[in-house]
Amino acid sequence: MAILQVNPTRMELSRLKTRLKTSTRGHKLLKDKRDDLMKKFLELVRRNKELREEVEKKIMGVYDGFAIASAVMSPEMLEEALMLPKEQVELEVGSANMMSVDVPVFKFTQSAGGEGDIYPYGLVSTSGELDDSVAALKEVLPALLELAQMEKSAQLLAEEIEKTRRRVNALEYVQIPSLQETIKSITMKLDENERGNLARLMKIKDMMVAQQRQAHGQ
Amino acid sequence: MSMRSKIAVIGEKESVLGFKAVGFDVHEVTDPREAEDIIDRLYTQNYGIIFITEQTLAPIASVLDKYKDRELPAIIPIPGRQGTMGLGMSNVKKSVERAVGADILFKD
Repeated sequence: MAILQVNPTRMELSRLKTRLKTSTRGHKLLKDKRDDLMKKFLELVRRNKELREEVEKKIMGVYDGFAIASAVMSPEMLEEALMLPKEQVELEVGSANMMSVDVPVFKFTQSAGGEGDIYPYGLVSTSGELDDSVAALKEVLPALLELAQMEKSAQLLAEEIEKTRRRVNALEYVQIPSLQETIKSITMKLDENERGNLARLMKIKDMMVAQQRQAHGQ
Repeated sequence: MSMRSKIAVIGEKESVLGFKAVGFDVHEVTDPREAEDIIDRLYTQNYGIIFITEQTLAPIASVLDKYKDRELPAIIPIPGRQGTMGLGMSNVKKSVERAVGADILFKD
């Protein structure tokens, strides 16, 4: 691991030690965050999978209904019947915070134009099959919206997990080791200086003693 | 914070026709290229959810990546009249792979 390019001084040493402490703490926190995100995500995505299977099946059923309806009605009539919807779907988009990730929350309100039935057409020129399939589609709606919300949340969580994992890895495999090595190398250099200094002092002392002895001897 | 938004459906005519009845904004397309433009346009008109049939989405699947990391809109694949192509499920799978680094949910 690369050693940081810094001056080997005590000042620098204590600065690096603080940074190491912060990094280690950050690493632990991010790791916890990643694990928690993962737990939430897996839970979510498992439900997402189930819901999607369910919704896909239901939608296929609805299509079959429409296919039958279009078989007994002429395509023009069918199109005409559905041209002017009576129902209005209003989507309200809120925002929820899931582990510091902003995920959308969909709430929808259906406002029927008139009172009574949901069918946007008269009953004379249309078939009962069409009624059934419109009703069936309406029933799938809540599940469809829940699916949308869930899949979006899963995507956003996946992104956050990826980001967090990168940060954890950067700290664990780059930042922290390089700080540790730099601290070690500075400590060694300082110790080396200390020993050098001590050796020099002893040498000087020896020289002074020898000098004094010579002076006395004369 | 909450705001009003709309729901759109994009797909071939025979698949999406019925969605009109429940009040979605239906965009019929014959060419997937068209669908791409529509999605870009709907994005500027702050649509919350865009459902798109897998048959229409398949040739332009890269638009999913384009809007994946934005909070809105949610682009959700649904099966078309011809049945499911597994595109929607593989999309879920992709986010698992992205998060976990391996596919741990769908091995079969």
